[in-house]
Amino acid sequence: MTALSMSARPEEDTSLRPVPWRRMGWVTWRQHRVTLAGVVVFLGALMVFLWLAGRQLHSAYAAAIAACHPANPLTCPNMVNAFNGTNDYLANGGILQAVPVLIGAFAGAPVLARELETGTFRYAWTQGFGRWRWALAKLVLLAVVLAAVAGVFSLLLSWYYQPYFAEGNQAVSLTELTPFFTGLFNLRGIGFAAWTLAAFAIGALAGMLIRRVVPAIAATLIVYAGLAFAVGGWLRQAYMTPVVTSGLNVPGSAWIVSQWWTKGGRFAFSGFPPGRLLERLCPAGPPVPVGPGHGQKAAGLAECLTQHGYTQWTSYQPASRFWLFQWIEGSGLLVLSVLLIAVTVWLVRRRAA
Amino acid sequence: MTALTTPAPPREDASLRPVPWQRMGWVTWRQHRVTLAGVAALLGALAVLLWIVGLHVHQAYSAAAACRPTSSAICDDMFGNFSVMDGFLANGFLLQALPALIGVFVGAPLLAREMETGTFRYAWTQGIGRLRWALAKLVLLAISVTVASGLFSLVTTWYYQPYFAASNPVPQPPLAPTLFDLRGVAFPAWTLAAFAIGALAGMLIRRVVPAIAATLAVYTGLVFAAGGFLRAHYLTPVLTSSLNVPGTAWIASQWWTVTRSGQFAWAGRPPMSVLGNITCPNSGPPNGKPTMVSIEQCVVQHGYTQWTSYQPTTRFWPFQWIEGGWLLVLSVLLIAVTVWLVRRRAA
Amino acid sequence: MNVIEASGLSKRYGSTWALRECTLAIPAGHVAALVGPNGAGKTTLLNLAVGLVAPSAGGVTVLGGRVAGSPAALDGIGFVAQDTPLYKNLSVADMLHLTRNLNRRFDQAAAEARLAELDIPLKRKAGRLSGGQQAQVALTLALARRPKLLVLDEPVAMLDPVARHDFMAMVLTAAAADGVSVVLSSHVLTELERVADYLILMSRGRVQVAGEVDDLLACHRMLTGPAAEADRYTERPVVQASRAAAQAHLLVRATADDPVPAGWEVHQVGLEELVLAYLRQPGAGALPGPARSRSSQPSEVTG
Repeated sequence: MTALSMSARPEEDTSLRPVPWRRMGWVTWRQHRVTLAGVVVFLGALMVFLWLAGRQLHSAYAAAIAACHPANPLTCPNMVNAFNGTNDYLANGGILQAVPVLIGAFAGAPVLARELETGTFRYAWTQGFGRWRWALAKLVLLAVVLAAVAGVFSLLLSWYYQPYFAEGNQAVSLTELTPFFTGLFNLRGIGFAAWTLAAFAIGALAGMLIRRVVPAIAATLIVYAGLAFAVGGWLRQAYMTPVVTSGLNVPGSAWIVSQWWTKGGRFAFSGFPPGRLLERLCPAGPPVPVGPGHGQKAAGLAECLTQHGYTQWTSYQPASRFWLFQWIEGSGLLVLSVLLIAVTVWLVRRRAA
Repeated sequence: MTALTTPAPPREDASLRPVPWQRMGWVTWRQHRVTLAGVAALLGALAVLLWIVGLHVHQAYSAAAACRPTSSAICDDMFGNFSVMDGFLANGFLLQALPALIGVFVGAPLLAREMETGTFRYAWTQGIGRLRWALAKLVLLAISVTVASGLFSLVTTWYYQPYFAASNPVPQPPLAPTLFDLRGVAFPAWTLAAFAIGALAGMLIRRVVPAIAATLAVYTGLVFAAGGFLRAHYLTPVLTSSLNVPGTAWIASQWWTVTRSGQFAWAGRPPMSVLGNITCPNSGPPNGKPTMVSIEQCVVQHGYTQWTSYQPTTRFWPFQWIEGGWLLVLSVLLIAVTVWLVRRRAA
Repeated sequence: MNVIEASGLSKRYGSTWALRECTLAIPAGHVAALVGPNGAGKTTLLNLAVGLVAPSAGGVTVLGGRVAGSPAALDGIGFVAQDTPLYKNLSVADMLHLTRNLNRRFDQAAAEARLAELDIPLKRKAGRLSGGQQAQVALTLALARRPKLLVLDEPVAMLDPVARHDFMAMVLTAAAADGVSVVLSSHVLTELERVADYLILMSRGRVQVAGEVDDLLACHRMLTGPAAEADRYTERPVVQASRAAAQAHLLVRATADDPVPAGWEVHQVGLEELVLAYLRQPGAGALPGPARSRSSQPSEVTG
């Protein structure tokens, strides 16, 4: 039997200075490099795709603008239709809405869940670094990297969608979306990075609570979907008190929160007029051919009701508030993410194995 | 010391009859009951949501359809109101994720988890044998998800029905990609295909999380391929040179030829160079902008013929069966390959 | 200094008590063996000592009063858990790098030398090593941290006899040469007889026996005599009695000075015999008194 021996002791560091934080840099990288590489490759491929599709979209937009100012009666509608139909599967956001949650779920959920599921936490949490510092360093590092990568990607996203939000589109029947359009709001500006960060934080906490990777991913998807719907459907319109105006001239780019009608100062109905009221007051308007612009149709019903003494009230968010709302939502999601990560680290510190 | 006595051994089944198949029913249920319950809960909750929202949508549609006279501004408004209802479901994007999620979470971990955790060393050395074990599990789960998603597609078909109804002035083409695979037979067929892709990915990759990622990627690619290219060619498209293509038709391609010589002129929309050189009397509606139809009429008057190849609405159900059919064949194939891999692969 | 000191330590999972009223003090400079049947609470006790779980009642301190799980405690303890968890997709070199990053002290050169002696390739992924090699890697990592206390949870359960031998030799060398105290839990009694000089016996969540092996062996004797008289024997406390035909064997707590009744033979007891006897009698126990020195006798039998 060979003698198995350890060499003489190296110099000991007898002070109880904690292990420096920067060591976690290598640890985090080495353990999660596949995930990080996967995210970068995925977003990189998407960026290439979006750049190609975006060039197509932008040139269609430029052609439409050139053909419509001044308006050529033939080429303008032609080009307008061409633009409106370009990449229509992306026009509403569509599949791109899945990107933040997929990144967050696949990057965030396994961080703690995998350690707990495979038992390697018994190694990691008995090292000198200490378990909560280990968790904090990992989560913060990964969160920062993911948010940065997502931020770079969202620059390209904002560039892609920029033609849909240019001024004056509606006048020539080009698709003009309100900047608050729900399908795209959280893909533009700082929304994309903020939602990716939130998804990561949800994933990390889900991983710590559920302690198994696949259920944690599923839970992250569900919680994120619920949050996105809650924000898009109800919360976002209440960030600031909507502007209330009567009359029919609401700017086309405004985000209409609600509409209601009053008569003589008293509330009549909200939204679309009830059927019986319509039959009684506006049984048959003048025949108006179906035209391309939405403005033509609205005139019929609204005018009829106005003639009968009803006043339409609209509460809306003006387009100028777009960046304000982006910052409100972004900082809200940032606070939420910090909170979730803090709770996760606290759970790591406190929870028995 | 007390004497330890053992009871007499149970009667042995000395014949070499294989372990009966129905035992795998309980095994599959017990091992996957959380997943199956999750799928059932998700589909159930969404079905309830669709039903509640669908009632509103159906009501709005009925009110709009009963409105007379049909071309008045009022009735247009009613249809307008109907068409903007519940936009996030109308696009179908949310529900498109369902087959993928079901396939991913039921199919991918099925074999990958056994391989990753090493429990296949238990499962594949039991009396039933690995082939029958894998086949029974795959078939049972495939049937379960197909049935569940089939029931769900009844709800989605009912929900989306007003968008395709005849009296809808601006009906959607039933063959439009975003809604085609949420209705009828296509939805359960896509769910089954996602499951089969997941199972094979799990067996090839042998680790759960990468298998899930791979399944999502492959499934997404397949959906785009089918919607973008394959579906347009299930049956030879109808070719017409008339300008009156039904609004609900799904246009595969359009091109123009010179009428006199039959020579190919250009594909798609008339280019700027042609439109810039012709003038037309403004033959559109009195106070409206020229529509595409009027532009095309103008171009036709200048000696061109437009050819459209399209799929008419009547082919909706044949296409559904075709798509369901090849997805079923694909799924069976993938499951067969998965089982063959189980049989063949060394631990 | 006591490397592990527990007082009234209890841990409950749901409604089951895994550990009950555990009070012990393991002195430094020993190789302590933690023995007991499955479910006795060995893993729970070790997990409490290294700070992986928090106690439900009572407390445990390590290395002379450091709170279990505190940074000072983590710094001084090297722990190898059951199933030697390593990151399966990291190479051995990566595991060395990882452990070096996560600790204040790490002897990289010694670790690499040791792995080279064992013929364990540094580039191979940990998941592709054999069970024995994984255990050796885990032990190397723990020892390279230069701990004062080495805690091993069933380390040799998966090892073949040669690997087991090498593993324990490594542990003993560390104990002897570097002054590392060792607490290890195991089922395999024959190995323990060779290496352990302090014994802790646990059963059903309670500590049954705790003391130096030499002392324990010195104060137990095996008496063999006629079965008919076995019931009437009351001179010394009987730990366990077994009968076979006309003969009875009594394991009693007696020293060499105690008189032997007529008709009885007396033998010394081996460690394995002692452990088995106590394990068969969960009610019996032998615990050291409060203020211990090396030559003090165990206290009276309880229970």
